[in-house]
Amino acid sequence: MSVRPRAARIPPAVRVVEGYARTYRRTWKGTAVTTFVSPVLFLAAMGLGLGTLVDRGGGAAVPAETYLAFLAPGLLAASAMQTAATDTTWPVMAGIKWLKTYDAALATPVSPRDLMAGHLGWVLVRVTFASVVFAAVMVAFGAAGPLGAALAVLPAALTGLAFASLITAFTASRKNEYALASLFRFGVVPLFLFSGTFFPLEQVPELLRPIAYVTPLWHGVELTRAAALGGAPALPALVHVAVLVACAAAGFPLAVRALTRRMTP
Amino acid sequence: MERLRGAGVTTVEPIVDEAFGRSVGIRDPDGSRIQVNESDRSLYALNAGARTAAAARLARMADLVVEARGLTKRFGGFTAVDHVDFSVQRGEAFGFLGPNGAGKSSTMRMIGANSPVTEGHLRVLDLDPATHGQAVRARLGVVPQEDTLDTELTVFENLLIYGRYFGLPRSLLRERIGQLLDFVQLSERRGSKVDNLSGGMKRRLVIARALVSEPDVLLLDEPTTGLDPQARHLVWDRLYRLKQQGVTLILTTHYMDEAEQLCDRLVIMDRARIVAEGSPRELITAHVTREVVELRFPPGTQDAAAARLDGHARRVEVLPDRVLAYTDDADALATFVHGQDKGMHPVATVVRRATLEDVFLRLTGRSLVE
Ligand SMILES: Nc1ncnc2c1ncn2[C@@H]1O[C@H](COP(=O)(O)OP(=O)(O)O)[C@@H](O)[C@H]1O
Ligand SMILES: [Mg+2]
Repeated sequence: MSVRPRAARIPPAVRVVEGYARTYRRTWKGTAVTTFVSPVLFLAAMGLGLGTLVDRGGGAAVPAETYLAFLAPGLLAASAMQTAATDTTWPVMAGIKWLKTYDAALATPVSPRDLMAGHLGWVLVRVTFASVVFAAVMVAFGAAGPLGAALAVLPAALTGLAFASLITAFTASRKNEYALASLFRFGVVPLFLFSGTFFPLEQVPELLRPIAYVTPLWHGVELTRAAALGGAPALPALVHVAVLVACAAAGFPLAVRALTRRMTP
Repeated sequence: MERLRGAGVTTVEPIVDEAFGRSVGIRDPDGSRIQVNESDRSLYALNAGARTAAAARLARMADLVVEARGLTKRFGGFTAVDHVDFSVQRGEAFGFLGPNGAGKSSTMRMIGANSPVTEGHLRVLDLDPATHGQAVRARLGVVPQEDTLDTELTVFENLLIYGRYFGLPRSLLRERIGQLLDFVQLSERRGSKVDNLSGGMKRRLVIARALVSEPDVLLLDEPTTGLDPQARHLVWDRLYRLKQQGVTLILTTHYMDEAEQLCDRLVIMDRARIVAEGSPRELITAHVTREVVELRFPPGTQDAAAARLDGHARRVEVLPDRVLAYTDDADALATFVHGQDKGMHPVATVVRRATLEDVFLRLTGRSLVE
C-alpha cells in the first residue's frame, strides 16, 4: 500500500467510462445499425423524397436553400436526443435492476457520483460519435458543407448530454421499466416531431409554441441548424447554449440523488 | 510523521485515544497505514500502566475488523436491524446465521459501506463507513447475495473491469486474474461468456472478483444459496483455503451446516435481532443437548406420543411432521421409546448429533429453512 498504483490517480469516473467502453466492444453490434444506417435512411426518405415535393411547392417554405438542408441539422440534433434517450433508459434500468452491474460497481471505491459521471461521460462519447457519423452522411448527401457539418456536431452532442442527464435522473428514480415506454411515447417522439425538426416552429399553433421553448430539443435544433447553415438561431446562441447546459447541470445531481437512494438505501 | 511523509504520504490523521484524549499515533486518511507514535512524549508522560493500556487498546483496534454496537437499520418505519452488537477479529471466520428476512443482508450492506447506518456505532477496519466509505470499500472484497455479473461479457472481462474500478493497473490485473481463475478453477472458462456458466461457476467467479483487489476481509452474503451439493463443497473448500491464508471471512447463511463448516464464531439472527453468539460448539452446548432423537409417528398419534416422552428427555419439541427429543443419552431414549407397552409406535427413529438448527429452533421456536 505504500506506493500507490499509477492507475489509482485516474479519477474513478474515468475508470467507469473505460468499463463502458470495454462493454461496448462486446455489444456495439446492437447499436451499429442505428448509428450508421438510420442517418442514411432518414436523409434519403425525408430529405430527398419528401424534400423534392416540398421544394417543388415553391421556395420560402423553409428558411433554407433546400428542404434537405433545412431538415438534416434538425434530424442531427433529434437523433442525438434519441441516442441519448436509448442509452439512458433500458441500460440504466439494467444496471440498477436486471444485471445489477451498478451494484457491483458500487461495492468498489466507485461512488454513485462517480458512476453517474462516468455513465454520462460515456453517453457523451456515444452521442458525439453518432453525430460525427450523421454529419458525414449529411456532407455526402450535399445537405451541408464539411465545415458546417463539423461545427454542427458540437451543439448536437450538447443536446444529447442535456437529455442524457435528465433522462438518467428520470430512469434512476423509477421503480420499474413501465414508465420508460411512456417516456418515449409522450416525451421523445412528440419532441422529435414538433421541435422545429421537420418544419419551422412558426407552423405550430402559437398557443403550443411555448411547449417547444421549454424543451431542450428546440434549442438544440436551433443551434445545430445555425451551425450547419451558418445563419442565426431564433434566440441569441448563448441563450440556447445556456438552456442546454442548465438541463445537463440540473439532471446530474438529480441522477446522483436518485441512484444513491436506490442503490444505497 | 516526517517519516511517513517521506514515504510519499502527504496527509495523515492523528489517531486519538479516547481514554486519554490525545494523539497516540497517525494514519493516512484511507486507513491503509497505522503507525503508533511510540516516541510521543505526551504518551510517555503517562505512567507505565496507562501507557501499556493505551498500547493494548491500539493493538485491539488494529485487530478488530468490524465493531458494531447498537447497530440499527430502518427502512422508513420498518426496522430491519435492531440494536445488534458484534465484533469481528482479524483472521477469523465470522457468520450471521438466520432465516430469510432476519436482517443479514442489511447488516452486510452497512458493513460494506453501501447502506447508511440509521443508528448506533459501526467501525470497519477502524474507519467510519459514513465518512470513509470509499476507503472501506477499497479494502473489502464483497460477494453480494446476487451475482451482479455482466452476463454479456466474458469471465475475464468481468474481472478486469471490476479490478479497474479499484484503480489497479491493467498489467497487474492480467497476471492476477490468471492466478485467481486458477484458484477458483475457472481457467478454462476465461474467455466464456458469463451467460454460459453454471450457477456454481458464476458463484466462484464472483468470489474471484471479490479477491481481485487482494482484500484482507471478505464479505460473503449467502455464498452457496441455490447451489447443488457438489458446487457448494467446492465453494466451501475455496473459502477454507482463504481462511488458512489469513483472510478474514464474514459471511451470512441460512444453512446450519455451512455455518458449522466455515465459522469459527457466529451470531444467530432472527427478526432483526441477535439472539445468541458463540462458536458452533459453544452454541450447541449452551442451548441444546449433545444428541437428539428424531421420531416420526403415524398421523394423529404424534401429540399423545410426545406427551409420553415427558420426563424421559431433557426437552421435547413437537414439529408438524416429527418430534425431537433432546437428551444426553440418545441410545437409552431410543431403546425406551421402542420398549414394550410404552404406547409409542414411531414409524421412523433417527439418532443424531445436535446441530445449530436445533439451537435456532430452541431460541426462536421456528426452523431456519421453511
Ligand atoms: N431497501 C429496502 N427497503 C425496505 N425494506 C427492506 C429493504 N431491504 C431489506 N428490507 C427488509 O428488511 C428485512 C431484512 O432484509 P434482509 O436484510 O435482506 O434479510 P436477510 O438477508 O436476512 O434475508 C426484510 O423484511 C426486507 O424486506
Ligand atoms: Mg439476504
